[in-house]
Amino acid sequence: MLTIGLFLTISFLVSVAGLAALIWAISSGQFAFGQRQARVIFHEGEEGELDDPTVSGEAIDRERTAIDASTARPVTLLLVAAVLWLVLGSVFGLIASLKLHMPDWLDGSAALTFGRVRTLHLTLVIYGWLSLAGIATATWITPRLFRTPLRSAGFITWGAMLWNIGLVAGLIAIASGWNDGEEWLEIPWQIDGLLAVGGALTVYPLLRTAFSREVEHIYVSGWYYLAGMMWFPALFIIANIPYVFVGAEQATVNWWFAHNVLGLWLTPLGLGAAYYFIPKIIGKPVYSYALSLLGFWALALFYSQVGIHHLIGGPVPTWVVTLSVVQSVMMFVPVLAVAINQHVVVARNLWAFRASLPLRFVSLGAIMYTLASFEGSLEALRSINTVTHFTQFTIGHAHLGAYGFASFIMFGGVYYMMPRITGRPWPWPGLIAAHFWCVVVGFALYFTALTIGGWLEGEAMLDASRPFSASVILLKPFLEGRSLGGAIMTLGHFLFAINVAAILLPRSASRAAVAA
Amino acid sequence: MNRAVPLVILSMVILAFATLMLVVGPKLQIGREVPAAGLQPYTAEQLRGREVYVSMGCVYCHSQQPRTPDQAPDAERGWGRPSVAADYAHDYPHLMGTMRTGPDLFNVGARLPSASWQLTHLYQPRAVSPWSIMPAYPFLFEVKDRAAPGDVVVWLPPKARIVGKVVVAKPAARELVAYLLSLDHTYPAPAKAIRDDGYAVGQVGK
Repeated sequence: MLTIGLFLTISFLVSVAGLAALIWAISSGQFAFGQRQARVIFHEGEEGELDDPTVSGEAIDRERTAIDASTARPVTLLLVAAVLWLVLGSVFGLIASLKLHMPDWLDGSAALTFGRVRTLHLTLVIYGWLSLAGIATATWITPRLFRTPLRSAGFITWGAMLWNIGLVAGLIAIASGWNDGEEWLEIPWQIDGLLAVGGALTVYPLLRTAFSREVEHIYVSGWYYLAGMMWFPALFIIANIPYVFVGAEQATVNWWFAHNVLGLWLTPLGLGAAYYFIPKIIGKPVYSYALSLLGFWALALFYSQVGIHHLIGGPVPTWVVTLSVVQSVMMFVPVLAVAINQHVVVARNLWAFRASLPLRFVSLGAIMYTLASFEGSLEALRSINTVTHFTQFTIGHAHLGAYGFASFIMFGGVYYMMPRITGRPWPWPGLIAAHFWCVVVGFALYFTALTIGGWLEGEAMLDASRPFSASVILLKPFLEGRSLGGAIMTLGHFLFAINVAAILLPRSASRAAVAA
Repeated sequence: MNRAVPLVILSMVILAFATLMLVVGPKLQIGREVPAAGLQPYTAEQLRGREVYVSMGCVYCHSQQPRTPDQAPDAERGWGRPSVAADYAHDYPHLMGTMRTGPDLFNVGARLPSASWQLTHLYQPRAVSPWSIMPAYPFLFEVKDRAAPGDVVVWLPPKARIVGKVVVAKPAARELVAYLLSLDHTYPAPAKAIRDDGYAVGQVGK
């Protein structure tokens, strides 16, 4: 029997265990650190210098040649796949967006119906682009944090291949109508094992590298990476267990998982990268390193329990909805901690923001993390959720997180990493700026359209004197605006892919440059 | 923090705790519920139709979870009484949905009980609702010169007709309609049923 008594007992035991862990951590000096440890990412003489290969043209990092060489091959493989999936995923996203205001376009085949195209888009950008780009940056950064070459790099190559095979199989399944029927979990569970094993294979080299590290301290990015890379396979396996959860039970598992994909997978991958790239490029440590500890553990504790805010007003127990609403509001704590750390160092060094495009991508991404999180906390409030739930507002919010935050940081990361990986500078720096402005302008349009349109849609649906059709009709211009924004974003992604192809294929690139 | 193992263990413990609260707890509580009295199990045809619903991704635009009058006018729109956990006892996968680009369908079988209307609407939504942005599903239908015995011919308004041809529903379309018409939860809700009562005026949630 589930009673209040049982929950009180569990809470008590957890508190005692937490207290014991805290006493151990303090007595063994786990928390005794400050700005000195924040400087672990710099080698002698690096502080105070802008470090950006797109500005200096200095492709090779001479302090870290052995480390960068150890990660070059698996990271290249992961990034090439990620960029291909981004381009394909954007095309599907754009088709889905157009279909919402041109419903009779491309209606001749089931594979191209809205429900499938939209799902191909989500699967491609989450499990293709963001996950693989995130694993790539984690793989590239971690050995640098630990000042030792990557161990067992072959595991990552194998993991990436399994993951991609699983992804392709999943995409074919979805396009042909075979899916598990739950949002974020559409890839059939029979195929999901490939992604779970592939993901787990990429963790082992990370752990081995951590155990062989040549610095004592694990830098904050390492916390996010170690935890996130362990969290994802666990989440993914539990959520895909078939036949155990039915009906309303399954809905809670669904949203426990789906929000944890954001909170405990994409967020650690994005924040880990931001915590490295921002201070590294500027050449100054984050503002208050001790605060990052609060940010990390508060994120783990609160973010892991927010998922049921997707079922507010739904057929699940009140207590679990309320728990998720409360934890969603508590997210202000870790978000503020990250914001203070990252934004202050950028704000004090605006010259670097202007000079460095990778930094501009990453720190704009970090700003959008702050905004997306604040918006998410507010959106979880019952009064606001009543308007925004079931509307395009939620889609705008999801893109502020997954695109504005996570994708922007990955863009910046790729522009910083690729010269170090290939030993070559970017052939066409102007195209990097063009990519930047496309995605900034396109996304501003996208987000504004869906946020305003979604809010009006929600208000129309709450007004019993207006027919349901009113909410559909009023939305149309906003859906068209979203398509325009999405098209500009997609154009930016093609420029991004051209940049990545050009730095990887220097010969054809230089020929093309001559021809141009 | 300078130790990888405690970091990883504590992270996993926190995830386990969240799983206990968000997955195990609700499972134990909802799992004790008996299916609502009046809730019919799906027939084989309805289940095949439900698979069509899943494979076409209807869930991305249609919810199946009416809210309480305290929160929203769902009942006034004809979407039915607030749904409770016991209404979903036979649903695998669950199809509660998170979008209302189209209306809630939890009681569409009671609200729009005409199979003929449903077929026309699936073939070309704008033939009956000009404002609709729902996809058309012509690939669930066949255009023939004349109907064979046993064919279900789709009624179309004059402007949507094809001269000299008839439109006939394929089995998938008929099964999908059978599923849609089975969505009828107009029986009374069980007493003390499980749902989010956070909007109830002057009540304490359970």
